Parts: sequence; C-alpha cells; structure tokens
Amino acid sequence: MANDSMKGAEPAAATPAGWGGLADDWSADRKVFRNVPWGKAMMWIFLLSDTFIFSIFLTSYMTVRMSTTVPWPNPSEVFALTIGGTHLPLILIAIMTFILISSSGTMAMAVNFGYRGERGKTAALMLVTALFGLTFVGMQAFEWTKLISEGVRPWGNPMGAAQFGSTFFMITGFHGLHVSVGVIILTIVALKVLRGDYERSGNYAAVEITGLYWHFVDLVWVFIFALFYLW
Amino acid sequence: MAQAKGQQHPISIYLAIWGLLFVLSAFSYMVDYFGFESYTRWFLILLFMILKAGLIVSFFMHMRWERLALRCAILFPPIAVLVLVGLMAIEANYTALTRLVFFTKAY
Repeated sequence: MANDSMKGAEPAAATPAGWGGLADDWSADRKVFRNVPWGKAMMWIFLLSDTFIFSIFLTSYMTVRMSTTVPWPNPSEVFALTIGGTHLPLILIAIMTFILISSSGTMAMAVNFGYRGERGKTAALMLVTALFGLTFVGMQAFEWTKLISEGVRPWGNPMGAAQFGSTFFMITGFHGLHVSVGVIILTIVALKVLRGDYERSGNYAAVEITGLYWHFVDLVWVFIFALFYLW
Repeated sequence: MAQAKGQQHPISIYLAIWGLLFVLSAFSYMVDYFGFESYTRWFLILLFMILKAGLIVSFFMHMRWERLALRCAILFPPIAVLVLVGLMAIEANYTALTRLVFFTKAY
C-alpha cells in the first residue's frame, strides 16, 4: 500500500526470489529517501544519469569547437530567418525556447491540479503540454530540413568547421528524441488520468514523475540554447 | 484519499516562475540581438543560463521543497562534470596549438 511505503517500515521477512525479489530489494531505498515515492527517487536517478549523457555531449562539443583551426559557423546567422521582410537572427530558436518554457509552465500546473484531485484540469494541462512538445519537435524538424537543404551534414558544411554539423545533429537530435518520448509519456499518463486510474489508487505521483522528466527536457534545452546557439 | 498530498503549492508561484523564465529567456535572446561580444557575452549567457536552470530545478522540479538527502544525492554528482570540462578545455587548447603549429600554413 502507498501509505505503508511512506513510513519506511521493514518489509516482511519472506522476500520473493527472482525479478520480484530484485525489485523488492531495490525499493528498500525508501529508507534513504524518506517520504519520496519509489518512482520519484528512481526518476531522479535516471535524470542524474541523463544529465551526465548530455554533459558529455556538450563537453565534447566544447572540445571540438575549441580545438578546430577552421572558423566556427556563426549560429546567429545560420539560424536566422527572414520573416515579413525583416532579417531576424536566431528567431526560430528563440520561439522554440519560449514554447518549451510555456510547456514547462503548464506541466507544473498539471502536477498541482493532480495532487488536488482535479482530473479534468490535470489531463487538459498535460495534453496542452504534449501539444507544445509536438510544436517544438515540428519546428526542430523544420530547422533540420532547412540546414540539410543548405548543405549541412554531420561530416561537413559550407559555412565553416565540419564539427559544427556533427555536434549540431548529435546534440539537438538526442534532445529532440527526449522531447518526442516525453510527448508519448505525457499522452499516456494524461489518458490514465482521464480514465481515473490515479483517482482509484489515490496516488497522483505518476503525474509528478512525468513532470520531472518533462522539466528536465526543458532544463537541457536551457543549456543547449546557451552553449550551442548563443555562444 | 481526496485530501491533497505530495507537492502542494499555490499556483501563483508557478505563474511567477513562468514569467521570470520568459523574461530571462528574452534577456538571453537580447544578448545575441544586440550583439554583445567576448567576455561580456559569455558572462551574460552563463548568468542567464544558471538563473533559468536554478529556477526550473528548484521550483518546477520541487527541489527546493525536497529533503536534504535527495537534494544532495542529485545535485552533488554533476559537480564532477566541471572537472571533466576543465580537463577537456586544457586538452582542447593543446590540440588547437598543435594543429596551428603543424597543420596550418600560417607559420
């Protein structure tokens, strides 16, 4: 029961063998993370490992950018768009940033309404979040198409250092994959909220855990935006 | 089980943080739009980046309200990344220098 797990009580002496036992043993970490649901602690640990993956990507980007003797393409110009006759530097990326931040805002509110047990509002806000995520992925697809048509490839590009393409596709591609997975998780959990699964179990932690993942995707974008696009 | 449990804070906090993130993102964009260069640019980019990341982690991800055991377990390990960044910066400088000396016609 959810309530028993909160107290961090010792599990019964007889523990199951096999996979069930493995899950049981690991869930003993509630004794460390008091009052933190098991799923939430595990999500945080997953996010920690994901932090390292993105850190390594960004560090390798720094390394190749610092060590190349060929001039780095100017991201401000590469990602500029002309809208209505005005030339705007980096505008698409700025819009994508605002969209992702807005999705984080709606997600935070969804978690809040979830714990208040307001099913309709929670599901609606989660679906709005998913829609923002889809918009983001769509704009990223547009950005990739534009760059590919301009001759940017992972092994070279007409604007300057070849490493620009490889790091761009690797970092934004991996981030875009995270956003896409997030959209799928958001939709699934929102449908479960609507169906009343969490109302029956009395535990809306799943919404918060989904939220953690989604905010992390936004968090990673903050770093990519600053270090790749603005630098 | 109708009563609220888990993280429960007024909606106004989230709206305020949302607004702050918008303003900070606008500032980040302005850094590029007004074309700040060199150290001013890097300082401003990093400043806004850290502020935004801090707001997201502490408020949206509720880290501010978690117990210290969880906060330490999650927030300390990434510090190790700074060591990697430092090492790779030294390495990259060396590689760049070597390439300049041996692979460019400039010398």
